[in-house]
Amino acid sequence: MTTKLMGQKVQRVEDQRFLRGNGRYVDDVAVEGGTLHAAVLRSPHAHARILDIDVEAVLDLEGVHAVFTWDDLASCTPQMAEPLPLLIPHPALTHGRTQYALAKDEVNYVGEAIAFVVADDRYIAEDAVGRIRVDYEFLPPVVGIDAARAATSLVHDDVPGNIGARLEQNVGDAPAAIAQAPHRLELDLTVERSACMPMEGRGTVARWDPDLNRLQLWTSTQSSTGVRAAVAVKMGLDLGQVDVITPDVGGGFGVKINHPWPEELLVPMAAKALGRTVKFTEDRREHFISSAHERGQVQHIEVGFDDDGRLLGLDVEFWHDHGAYTPYGLIVPIITSTQLLGPYKPQNYKVVFESLYTNTVIVTPYRGAGRPQGCYAMERTMDAIAAYLGKDRAEVRAVNFIQPDEFPYDQGLIFQDGRELEYDSGDYPAMLEKTKALVGWDEFPAFKAEMAAQGRQVGIGLACYVEGTGVGPYEGAHVHIETSGKVKVATGLTTQGQGHATVFAQLVADELGVKFEDVEVVTGDTRRMPYAVGTFASRAAVMSGSAIHLAAKRAKEKALKIAAEALEADEKDLQIVDGVVSVKGSPGTSIDLGTVSVLSNPLRYAFDEASKAATQFSVGDPGKPPVPEDDEPGLEGKDFYSPERATFASGMHAVIVETDPETAEITILKYAVVHDCGHLINPMIVEGQIHGGVAQGVGGALYERMAYDESGQLLNASFMDFLMPYVTEVPDGIDIDHLETPSPLNPLGIKGAGEAGVIPSAAVFAAAIEDAEGTLHPGMGITAMPISPSELYALRQSHDGKNS
Amino acid sequence: MEELHDVRLSVNGHTHEIRVPARRLLSDALRHDLRLTGTHVGCEHGVCGACTILVDGAPTRACLMFAVSAQGSEITTVEGLTRPDGSLGPVQQAFMECHGLQCGFCTPGFLTTITAGLRDNPTPTHDEARDMVAGNLCRCTGYQNIVKAVERAAEIAGEEAAS
Repeated sequence: MTTKLMGQKVQRVEDQRFLRGNGRYVDDVAVEGGTLHAAVLRSPHAHARILDIDVEAVLDLEGVHAVFTWDDLASCTPQMAEPLPLLIPHPALTHGRTQYALAKDEVNYVGEAIAFVVADDRYIAEDAVGRIRVDYEFLPPVVGIDAARAATSLVHDDVPGNIGARLEQNVGDAPAAIAQAPHRLELDLTVERSACMPMEGRGTVARWDPDLNRLQLWTSTQSSTGVRAAVAVKMGLDLGQVDVITPDVGGGFGVKINHPWPEELLVPMAAKALGRTVKFTEDRREHFISSAHERGQVQHIEVGFDDDGRLLGLDVEFWHDHGAYTPYGLIVPIITSTQLLGPYKPQNYKVVFESLYTNTVIVTPYRGAGRPQGCYAMERTMDAIAAYLGKDRAEVRAVNFIQPDEFPYDQGLIFQDGRELEYDSGDYPAMLEKTKALVGWDEFPAFKAEMAAQGRQVGIGLACYVEGTGVGPYEGAHVHIETSGKVKVATGLTTQGQGHATVFAQLVADELGVKFEDVEVVTGDTRRMPYAVGTFASRAAVMSGSAIHLAAKRAKEKALKIAAEALEADEKDLQIVDGVVSVKGSPGTSIDLGTVSVLSNPLRYAFDEASKAATQFSVGDPGKPPVPEDDEPGLEGKDFYSPERATFASGMHAVIVETDPETAEITILKYAVVHDCGHLINPMIVEGQIHGGVAQGVGGALYERMAYDESGQLLNASFMDFLMPYVTEVPDGIDIDHLETPSPLNPLGIKGAGEAGVIPSAAVFAAAIEDAEGTLHPGMGITAMPISPSELYALRQSHDGKNS
Repeated sequence: MEELHDVRLSVNGHTHEIRVPARRLLSDALRHDLRLTGTHVGCEHGVCGACTILVDGAPTRACLMFAVSAQGSEITTVEGLTRPDGSLGPVQQAFMECHGLQCGFCTPGFLTTITAGLRDNPTPTHDEARDMVAGNLCRCTGYQNIVKAVERAAEIAGEEAAS
């Protein structure tokens, strides 16, 4: 019997091409001569009216092929001159606004696209952009949540108070419960903006084929089918005239789920107009100022609890900075407001948020997608309760856990997919025990005392989260066993480094009984699987993994049926091992899957030895139709997976930090993760996802922020100034332990794992730093993240000043 | 019309003649003129290290160098790290074994950097292995497995030298 590959640390098949420099990222497509290159004129002002755009000087420049402004868009189609789509409408989003592909009359953030130039190469295109003259009338910029709330100036004239949306959800009566609770606390917290920052930015290549009357588009996206639909609508093409291919993608982390970017429409528009292949590859500064950010929130929390720290009522109000436009709707603040509850039972919960306009880059999901902020709110509250009661922080958490026998557990809220927030499975008490053991929670006080004796101050933090993963609506898969015996698999969602070609091949090899090496997986190509949603919300393994498993099952059923007939055996007596169907117990009676594939497709014409065996004079019962009724030729299986609701993964992180009593330098001494994503398909890949998430979390907690000045200029829009962690900033070793609580919602019992590593970072570092500082600066709360050494230093000064 | 310059580039043991403007970056010349797209551009200001190549053996940011300046130098790109028989070199092999890459975009810069690093220090300590990759950014892996790959590559190269 072949060993099951599910759960094995299988090495990745995609590595071979990446390691040889043979990856095919979007900027590697169409490198042949003749491809034209685009550059974009972007607003240098955060808020201004456009009075005039003069492109005269551009057209004289040799090598320039075209320049487009908003005035030119309608010549493609009327809808091209309309605002970009609002992808996820919501009844509470009463004042949703989206930008135009090229600005019309007004710009609302530094970086907003104004003009689009196509030239022989990027250098000339940028020269041309520099020659465009724009007259602006300056308008007052709104920067930051405080300015947005004050609403002295408005981002959009017709959006009062800068409020795009206000959404409230209630479970029970939190204000009343808090009023009656024996103990009450209030917290005011802030989290600043950060961003995904994949190493590869955005990019799009388009080629219009006049012979086929068809558009081919390569784009670095997290949703091929989404881009395809958007491009077809905007360009007035039939869906069948547009192919979108997502090649290798150099990281996404959420930012590439938003679509269509202006350039994803402008590139194909120019390609069709000019009859040439056109490419746009953004540079790093463009990625900073014209893609998307996330995380910025201000939170006010009121909580009531009993003597054990048990929550009686939780009342959360927060203000979410969504930037200048709302193409991705309310997904991020909805996730914050619902996933905030984590593994706990709040008894009574009220949450209300306002999603606010500012004259800054738009906000769309970044790995974690609102959960880091929610986890931060909840876990800071847990720490505050423990401090108030003088109790162990782990104990306070434990009394609030949903218990293993309470699943499925309905939190009584509506989640980001419009479905009930009902947790499917989990075991939080067991996870806490594992976490405490892994980090050495109970031994920590002794360690702290030992360090204190040396004049060193250390602190420990703990943070717990629950993550809704694998949201719908669906994914599909197609499995084709070729006459060679090779298995070709296609699923429509995209890949940005998660190793889908490997894990999906593991699933197919297991289900079909074929060799792993014989399975080839294609993702994100609308020619191969036109029905798909995308890669976000830690959903790829759950959604496409399940769909692929089901499709492989169908292909297997068909293979067994045909083989049973050929071997004159009962289907139930057959097995497939290493691509060979045989009768159990009599291995001599066998047929390989390639031959079964030949038999599945009755032919008139022979073109090789294999097809000769399938021609009409060789096979089939003359008394029956060559292809049975209700069947199709070919050995294929296709299926879709569409779950009722999300599946809920969970995890706990603990960190030990040291803070320098003099310089406030923050050093990570130990980082521990316990993670439960149900059954693991490939532990090596899951752990890689955790490592990456933790590193991004370290960045978000200690280093990364978007430094906007009051005029709306992003002052640190480069890798020189936006401090992403190098190896020197991440822990030297991350201790990981797994819990496997299978999901009852899908056939594999799996849950998503992609985002988890980053969710508890702000919470866990704030807790550990607060703990470390507690001896010398008692009562000093860490309420603003990220925190740098200089900010910690300033906080000490102001805290000690106030308390002296 | 921009003035063009004839440049002879020696890359991975092959000589290429190209005509480029003085301002053409070496990274663009490698990618667009020579179509060696394994060298990736992540920031265009020398911070991320994705475009790192070896110029006369020394790790160099291809985005901070003009193509015309590379005349007369021996350049090695990621495509040149594979063994003559087509199999993976020790650093590449170690990355595969240790899961040292995810999206693969930063990987070529790490591979070239480590190749030079291990040539200068074939038996790095753990801290030296971390130092060796401290100038390159990766957004996927959290560096844990990249450091392991440095140590494993040293091991593979050591075993080969011994055999």
